[in-house]
Amino acid sequence: MDLSLSTRTVPGAGGDRTVVEVGGEIDVYTAPKLREQLVELVNDGSYHLVVDMEGVDFLDSTGLGVLVGGLKRVRAHEGSLRLVCNQERILKIFRITGLTKVFPIHTSVDEAVNAVD
Amino acid sequence: MATVELRFSAQPEHVRTARLVAAAVARRAGVDEAVLDEVRLAVGEACSRAVGLHRGNGVTTPIRVVLTEEEKTFSIEVGDEVPGAGAAAGVPGARAEAPGESDDADGEDEMGLAVIRGLVDDVEVTAGDDGGTIRMSWPTTPAETDADVLS
Repeated sequence: MDLSLSTRTVPGAGGDRTVVEVGGEIDVYTAPKLREQLVELVNDGSYHLVVDMEGVDFLDSTGLGVLVGGLKRVRAHEGSLRLVCNQERILKIFRITGLTKVFPIHTSVDEAVNAVD
Repeated sequence: MATVELRFSAQPEHVRTARLVAAAVARRAGVDEAVLDEVRLAVGEACSRAVGLHRGNGVTTPIRVVLTEEEKTFSIEVGDEVPGAGAAAGVPGARAEAPGESDDADGEDEMGLAVIRGLVDDVEVTAGDDGGTIRMSWPTTPAETDADVLS
C-alpha cells in the first residue's frame, strides 16, 4: 500500500494547528514523500503540526527519522509537532527507540490540536 | 538449505516486497501470529539498511534475504556486500556519511539496528571483507501441523 497524505488547518486552544493525516505504509520508499510534505509546510510558515497516524499500517525507522527531522524544523521556529496514535503496533516502535520521550503522543486529533505546552 | 531465498536490486521500493515475503514464509513456518508484525518490521529494517549501504557505497549487486525454517526456529539472514559495513555501523558515528545524504538520514542506520535489537531477542550482526550479515531468529510453535501439510 502506498502512502496517503492530506493536510488541513484546525483552530486550537493555542492557535491554528496544521493537521497532517497520514495513511498507509511509512517506510524507506514512501518516507521521502512525508519528509517533503513536512518541509513544505514549515517553509510555508506552518510551525505547529499535528501528525495523525491513525491510518498508518506500517512505520519503520526511516519514518521515525522523518518525524524527528520534522520536529527539528518546527523547533527552529519555536513550533511544535504532536502525534496522534492509538495503535499498539506503532506505539511499540516509539517505545523501543525511546522516542515517546521526544514526541507528545495524543489519543485524538482534538486533544492534540488543543494541547498547549 | 534455505526455505526461500530472495534477491532484489538495492532499490527502496523492493523492501516492501521483502517484508511481505518474509511474513508469509514466517507464518507458514509456524511463527506466532502475534510476532509476525515484529518479523515484518525487523526484516524491513535490515533490508532498508542494506539498501542504504549499497546505494551509499555505489554497490550495484543485489541484496540477499535468506529465510530458513528449522526444527524449532525460523531464521532470516539479510546480507549486504559492503565490506566491513556491519561492524562499522554497529559503532555510532563510525561510518562516514555517504555523499548526498540529507541531514535527516543521520543515524538512521543506527536507529534501524536499535529497532532490530529492541524487537528481536536472537540477533547477530556480523561483518567481513565480503559484506555484512544480520541474522535474526524466532521460535516456532511445535509443528503439529506438519502432518496436515504432508497429507
